[in-house]
Amino acid sequence: MTTAISVSGLVKTFGRTRALDGLDLTVRTGEVHGFLGPNGAGKSTTIRVLLGLLRADSGDVTLLDGNPWHDVAALHRRLAYVPGDVALWPTLSGGEVIDLLGRLRGGLDAKRRADLLERFELDPTKKGRTYSKGNRQKVALVAALASDVELLLLDEPTSGLDPVMEAVFQECINEERERGRTVLLSSHILAEVEALCDRVSIIRDGRTVESGTLSELRHLTRTSITAELAGAPNGLADLPGVHDLKAEGDRVKFEVDSDKLDAVLQALARTGVRSLTSQPPTLEELFLRHYADELAPNGKHTAAVSR
Amino acid sequence: MNSLTGTRTLVRLALRRDRIMLPVWVVVLGLVPASTAGAYDQLYPEAKDRASLAVGGNNPAVAVLYGKAYDLTTAGGFTAWRYGVFLGVFIGLMATFTVMRHTRSEEDTGRLELLSAGVLGRNASLTAAVLVSGGASILIGLVQVLAMAGSGLSATGSLALGAGVAACGLVFTGVAAIAAQVFTYSRTANGVSCAVIGVLFLLRAVGDSSPSAQWASWLSPIGWIELSRPFAGERFWVLLLPLVLAGLLVAVAFQLQPRRDVGAGLVPPRPGPATAAAGLRSPFALAWRLHRGPLIGWTLAMLVIGGVFGAIATGIGDLVGSSEQTRVMFERMGGAQGIVDAYIGALGGIYGLTAGVYAVQATLRMRAEESALLLEPLLATKVTRGRWAASHLAFAILGPAVLLAAVGLGTGLTYGLRIHDVGTQVPRVLGATLAQLPAVLVMAALAALLFGLLPNLTGLSWAVLTVFLLITLFGPILQVSQAVLDVSPFSHVPKLPAAAFTATPLLWLTGIAVVVFAGAFAGFRRRDIG
Repeated sequence: MTTAISVSGLVKTFGRTRALDGLDLTVRTGEVHGFLGPNGAGKSTTIRVLLGLLRADSGDVTLLDGNPWHDVAALHRRLAYVPGDVALWPTLSGGEVIDLLGRLRGGLDAKRRADLLERFELDPTKKGRTYSKGNRQKVALVAALASDVELLLLDEPTSGLDPVMEAVFQECINEERERGRTVLLSSHILAEVEALCDRVSIIRDGRTVESGTLSELRHLTRTSITAELAGAPNGLADLPGVHDLKAEGDRVKFEVDSDKLDAVLQALARTGVRSLTSQPPTLEELFLRHYADELAPNGKHTAAVSR
Repeated sequence: MNSLTGTRTLVRLALRRDRIMLPVWVVVLGLVPASTAGAYDQLYPEAKDRASLAVGGNNPAVAVLYGKAYDLTTAGGFTAWRYGVFLGVFIGLMATFTVMRHTRSEEDTGRLELLSAGVLGRNASLTAAVLVSGGASILIGLVQVLAMAGSGLSATGSLALGAGVAACGLVFTGVAAIAAQVFTYSRTANGVSCAVIGVLFLLRAVGDSSPSAQWASWLSPIGWIELSRPFAGERFWVLLLPLVLAGLLVAVAFQLQPRRDVGAGLVPPRPGPATAAAGLRSPFALAWRLHRGPLIGWTLAMLVIGGVFGAIATGIGDLVGSSEQTRVMFERMGGAQGIVDAYIGALGGIYGLTAGVYAVQATLRMRAEESALLLEPLLATKVTRGRWAASHLAFAILGPAVLLAAVGLGTGLTYGLRIHDVGTQVPRVLGATLAQLPAVLVMAALAALLFGLLPNLTGLSWAVLTVFLLITLFGPILQVSQAVLDVSPFSHVPKLPAAAFTATPLLWLTGIAVVVFAGAFAGFRRRDIG
């Protein structure tokens, strides 16, 4: 088995709202897959369909070679889920919830549980509502990470964690990858996705707009170049793929479509280059390119966010 | 900004959220008393009928449920006797639920925190809840007065009854306001407030039925409604008692409020165990953790209620033979020969409805868990929907059986002890109460069906139960048609121990419950969660 999750043409409507509109998603076994999209794009709905909580209207969904709607009990033994909004039973302590969820999944590694409690600095004796949002998330994370499962479905698991805990989380996910577990990580924290994910899918309005490795996606966007040239930058502005050119004597600053980079660099080299810095596109730019085009006309926002 | 800033906005928010619930309360509680006026003239047209009714009404066993009858020769006096106590209980429930929904529940969900960050005075939330609940109480009283006076009852009497019920609503508004400060969870606060209503109902039941303990009625705000004697030489000064008490209770609630943090109660939460007990490894074990507190509380309450009603049963033995009217009266209420047996039969119906309240509450716990996002993480484990629902429904099914056994045991024991015949009476009374179980299961199944098919409308379960309750309690006395009586499953239960035991209706009810439960499971397996 090389594919842990395979979704194609998934449609889910709630009344008149079309939450998922032909979504595609492929997660390979053993990878950490970033699942990105603006609020309301359909990330949580997709995860709920994968968990068999929602029934898909149409489309094919395969999870660990099974059907998430029909093979619930068999599949759920092999996965763990951390919801975006973690609720706990008011009368149960955090430790009790961790044990209960672990046992219901089919086993908890006691040593790993103790280790995780320590690393996340979580007090397991407090009860339900006395935990803060971040600590409730830690309860769900410890329960999921200490479970003996193949697949982790994490829905914005770190939205309430502080930066120190965020670092602990990243360590833990890297350990999971080393153990060969598959992770679907829905997140808004781009640094986290950049640090952790092998591949990324970006969705919007219930549809997948980009999918691939980060380097593949970077080809789809622009690199910022600042260079000091030996002579006047003749004809640079006319080259295909060059945008927002600013020239000051011999110094030029511009953006170039990543797939035209080679031709542009050759043109620069012909003029002669004294110094050159290039900045690869950040995930943030990728993200904004797909999210924000209703906010600003295409092209302008890229310049606005370049660092 | 003072401590009340934003109250007006919160009142409007509360009215918007309750735009269906509150009008239903106002219309039902407001119009019920006036609806008897016409029925009274039909049921008891002659002076002779009315005189015999008066004899029956003064029977202590009847007084347990309905309160003391002061003047049953007029439609007004009859109305005040027949409804006064129940209106007090129901307006108490209205006030409890309304106050809690806008105070403690808002804190539970964290919504109040969101609002408190806005321009909102410290006391605004509690003030708004008290205003809405108090306002609704007064409005209900006003509708009652207008409707009763409008249907030809004496204006003075109508005013006394309406004002008494409204004042009772104000008292329970205060009780709920205090409970909302003391307890951390709305579930606990609601439970305690309802327990207070139950205790005060029992207190006046004892006072009204035992000549030696009449003072007990004076300790109960529910008793004050009848003690102000509407339509029977009104004593308006009695109504000062609830007004003063309500003022005091609300003042205490406002004193308690600043002593605690938003989201916390006065009782601090204790730490729990760091690891789960070995047994907490199944959805049933979790359901037991969630249901055991309410179930134990209910069981104890049912034992006590049964004990009180059983102890009073002997009082009616004196009347046997002396009053044909009493017997007729009980037959109207659904009993048969043998005054005590009829009394126990009538109690059985009330016990069944009470167990029905628990059954609905236990069933709807499923919806509460789902809405609180507590179901999702469980269904993401190997737990299937069917197993999860079954573990909760086990309590909706076995819980009422336990409660009916407890209340039957309590009634049979105290009654048996009084007449030195425990050995016979306990099984007889137990049989009468347990016979209610199939009807209770139908109620639980209907609530489960709503949960399985129309999860957003599970609240309708309470409306269904209320309809059954009205039919069972007031249907016979209002002489509604058999077809209407048949709507309630509780009408089909044989009135044991007086009536002959027939298994047929019980088997039918059980069969219906099984089919409806199956429909509930089928629906729940198919629908979306959330």
